[in-house]
This record gives sequence, structure tokens and C-alpha cells, in this order.
Amino acid sequence: MIERRPLLNVFSHVVLILGVLVVAFPLYLTFVASTQTSEAIVQTPMPMLPGSHLIENYTAAWNGTGGGSGAKAPVGRMMMVSLISALIISIGKIAISLLSAFAIVYFRFPFRMFFFWAIFVTLMLPVEVRIGPTYKVVSDLGMLNSYAGLTVPLIASATATFLFRQFFLTVPEELVEAARMDGAGPMRFFKDILVPLSKTSIAALFVIQFIYGWNQYLWPLLVTTNEDMYPVVIGIKRMISGGDSDMQWNVVMATAVLAMLPPAIVVMLMQKWFVKGLVDTEK
Amino acid sequence: MEKRVVFRSAWLPWVLMAPQLAVIGVFFFWPAAQALLQSLQRADAFGMSVDWVGLENFRNLWKDETYLASFYTTAIFSISVAVAGISISLILAVFADRIVKGALAYKTLLIWPYAVAPAVAGVLWLFMFAPSVGVVAYALDVMGFKWNHLLNGTHAMTLVVMAAVWKQISYNFLFFLAGLQSIPKSLLEAAAIDGARPWRRFWTIVFPLLSPTTFFLLVINIVYAFFDTFAIIDAATSGGPGKDTAILVYKVYYDGFKAMDQGGSAAQSVVLMVIVVALTVVQFRFVEKKVNY
Repeated sequence: MIERRPLLNVFSHVVLILGVLVVAFPLYLTFVASTQTSEAIVQTPMPMLPGSHLIENYTAAWNGTGGGSGAKAPVGRMMMVSLISALIISIGKIAISLLSAFAIVYFRFPFRMFFFWAIFVTLMLPVEVRIGPTYKVVSDLGMLNSYAGLTVPLIASATATFLFRQFFLTVPEELVEAARMDGAGPMRFFKDILVPLSKTSIAALFVIQFIYGWNQYLWPLLVTTNEDMYPVVIGIKRMISGGDSDMQWNVVMATAVLAMLPPAIVVMLMQKWFVKGLVDTEK
Repeated sequence: MEKRVVFRSAWLPWVLMAPQLAVIGVFFFWPAAQALLQSLQRADAFGMSVDWVGLENFRNLWKDETYLASFYTTAIFSISVAVAGISISLILAVFADRIVKGALAYKTLLIWPYAVAPAVAGVLWLFMFAPSVGVVAYALDVMGFKWNHLLNGTHAMTLVVMAAVWKQISYNFLFFLAGLQSIPKSLLEAAAIDGARPWRRFWTIVFPLLSPTTFFLLVINIVYAFFDTFAIIDAATSGGPGKDTAILVYKVYYDGFKAMDQGGSAAQSVVLMVIVVALTVVQFRFVEKKVNY
């Protein structure tokens, strides 16, 4: 605090509270809608306080028994698909990136710089700009409607490799010298020294990649045609495709709350690492 | 920076690199090369024969008025998202930085939307503004403003911009807060002793020192508006009404998978790749130089 300005302090709180209210309003409204009957939502204006149909709506969404004209897939199943894909994407990406960053930093081999740049290029082009051909590759390999098809193409980018490379470069040389002196081979050094040292980076990346994987939309939209393999984000979109008039907004909103919970929990629980990871990856 | 001490092995580094190289080879370089090839070809409607047409796909794009309109839509959309998103989060971050008590609580409440999937964000905003059931649409109606994004292109654009900004505020906010906290307090104290009031201090010290962060966020926000907002648009407006919210990425998807125009879609992909590469190069050049006052 540089000087005392009580009025400005009050004003700051007012601005921030307004900001928080605007940011939170859509979330609050979603929650309220998920506790009403669909009739209560359709009458305008809809009630602004939570209703009494919470359990009913969430059970209907979870089991896929809600009415309405849109697609009805059980959310429980879709949450499972989302969870498995998000975990494969985050863990897979971290695993292959740790290995390749280790190779690039701690070994000298032919074409090392060439591979480094090859990996670097993938940073620039998100999957959205090459969806057509990537889709074709995946369908030729028979990976449509499978976890492999949902996840592996999204692992093909190098954000994590770069973060780990940057981190490995800051690890003191003395550690390698000491390890070699004690007779540790490269894999021993990797397993017992490098990976434990990278714990914070791994945690941060896990949060970011988990959210990235959970929130994927365009790619799953293309590679899944079978209701059994819909991630929950796609499921919501399919639910509202029935039209404006007879939509079961209460069930849709219950599904939206369920779809938001896992990434929100991950962010809240790992807030410290998440912020650190975000600021580190992008700079 | 290189390591002085390294391990020696003829085969181990290759084994370690293999998984990453296999994945980016099959799912990145091969498709990217395919996109380049396809952009020079035209397949007939059944995919039976393929002709080489040179740059014709690109020439067709240039003549295609809906494509040029999509460029215009994308420009309006991404500039609105970047400017609105950056200004709102800068204001919030500046005030959050001032506050001693409760700053963490505000921060925790503001980072929520980051975790929300873009498609879900689209659905939430659609729900608030749906002409028949939406609460905000109703409130606007009471105030005498007829909101209907299903018919009015400007309303639809406003809706997707709001949803996209809402989702991005938390990200910008965290970066601005980190930037503000790294500004030396001594500078601000010196200015205060010289009699500069908070408003003046903000424009002469804080804002110029934040310019690297602002520039970085500008590029990130534009890239976000170009690519990551597909889900918001698809969920909230499906590119409509007409093609009023069909940004470039939406059109690549629509032409390639709905209209089945493979060559045209591939040519559009190539144009997008060029744009991303250009943005990345601009970002690197300026970040290296550290934009400053």
C-alpha cells in the first residue's frame, strides 16, 4: 500500500465484486436451472432461487432418462469417457515429453537439432487447422470411436516437451557428475534424480493438460459417431440440438454442472501449481 | 544453453525419442503434408478420382465472397474478443493488486471460468440469451430491447464475443496480476512522493511497464479467438444466422465435413497455417525485443 485512500479502496472492492458477480452469474444461473422443473424454466422470467428438484434432475441426467427431443445418452457413461480420455492425454503427453526432453538435453546424437526443431514446429499449428487430413489418417488406421483415436492425435504437440527442456537446462550439472561418479547409468539418473526434481512441473502440466483434454470439442465431434464414445462436452451439445421449444433445460443444465465439476475441482485443488504452470508454459 | 556433461549411448536417445517422433510424425507431419497436397487437388464428389489443379483452389477462395466475408467476421470477432477481454481483465487485475484483504478470495472466484469447456460456456450463454427462455433476453425485453440472436447477426456476434471473453478473462487476469506484482514498489512510491496520483501513476508507470504482458496477451487472445472458440460458436449459434458468426475455423470444418469440399477446405487450412505461423513469428520477434515504453 503506497498511500491511504479509503475511498479508492472501497471503489476497488466494488469493481471486483461487480466483476465476480458478472463472472459468476452464468454459473449461478446454471445451478439454479438444474434444480427446477422444465416447466418452471420455460415460464419467463424463470425463478432466481434454487428449486427443489435437484436430485431428480441429476439422476435423470446421469442415467439418460430425461425427456425432450435431443439426444439422450447417460451422462455417467459420458463422464467416464471424458475422464479416461483426459487422463490418457495428460499422462501420455507428460510421459513421452519427459523421455524426449531427457534425450534432447542429456545426449548428443546425429540430427539432434533437427528433431528439436521438428518438435518445435508442432507448437505452432493447433489440431484445428489440420482437422481434415488428421481425420483421414485416424479413420484409415481404424481408430474412429476408440480411445486411441480420441487421444493420441491430441498428444501430438510439444508444449510439454518444451517446458521440460527448459526445466532440465536449469538442473545443476553437478548432479549429473555426481550420479556418474557413483556409477549411475542414464536411466537410473532419470528415474532417481530428474523425475523427482521435476515434480512441480509435472503437477502443473497435469492440471493444464487435464483441462485441455476434458474440454476438447472439435476433435471428439469428428471421431466419435457412436453414443458410447461421446465425451460429456459433446453430449451437452447433442442434447440442445433438438430445438429451442421443448428442450429439457433442467436436465441440460444438470449435465452442464456435472461436466464442469471435474476440471473445476482439479483447478481448485491444484490452484498454486496451476497458476505457476500457466505462467511458465507460455513464457 | 547446452549441458557440458552428457551421457553417451548410441541407441538410448533414439529409443527415448521414438514415442514422441512416432506420434508427431503420424498425427502431425503426415496430415500437415496431406493438407498441403490436397490444397492443390480436386476430388470428384465420390472421391473416385483426383485431379491436380495447381493453385486453383486458392484462386477460388479468393473469388469466393463467403470466404472473404468469413475473413471479415473473424477480424471483427477476434479484435472484439482481444480488446474487451484484455481491458476488462486489466481493470480487474489493477484493482485486485491494490487490495490487501480478500485478494485471494477474488482471485479464486475469478479463475473459475478457465475450467469451463468452451462448448459448455457457449451453452450457458445461449441459455441466458435464448429469446424464449433466457433470463437476460427477458430483462432486455422488459427494458424495451428486442433481443433475438437467431435473426439478428449483430446480436449473435455480441453473444459469441461475450461468451468468448467470459471464458478468457481468468487467463488474462492471472497474467496481468503476475505482471503487476513484478513491478518494483519503489518506482510507485517515488512517483507518489513526487505527487503523482493513482490515475497518473497508472498511465505513466504501470501501463508502460506492463506492455510486454499486454502484447503477449494480445497475441495469445487473437490465437484463442481464431482457434479455440470453435466450440463456443458451434454450441451457441452454429455459425448463424446465415453465416454471420462463421469464423475461418468454422468454415474449414463446415466446408470439409458438411459440404464435402475437400480441396477447398484444405486450401483454407493452408491459409490458416500461414496466419498462425505469421502470428507466432511476430510474437517471437517482439517478445525477444521486449516491447517497452
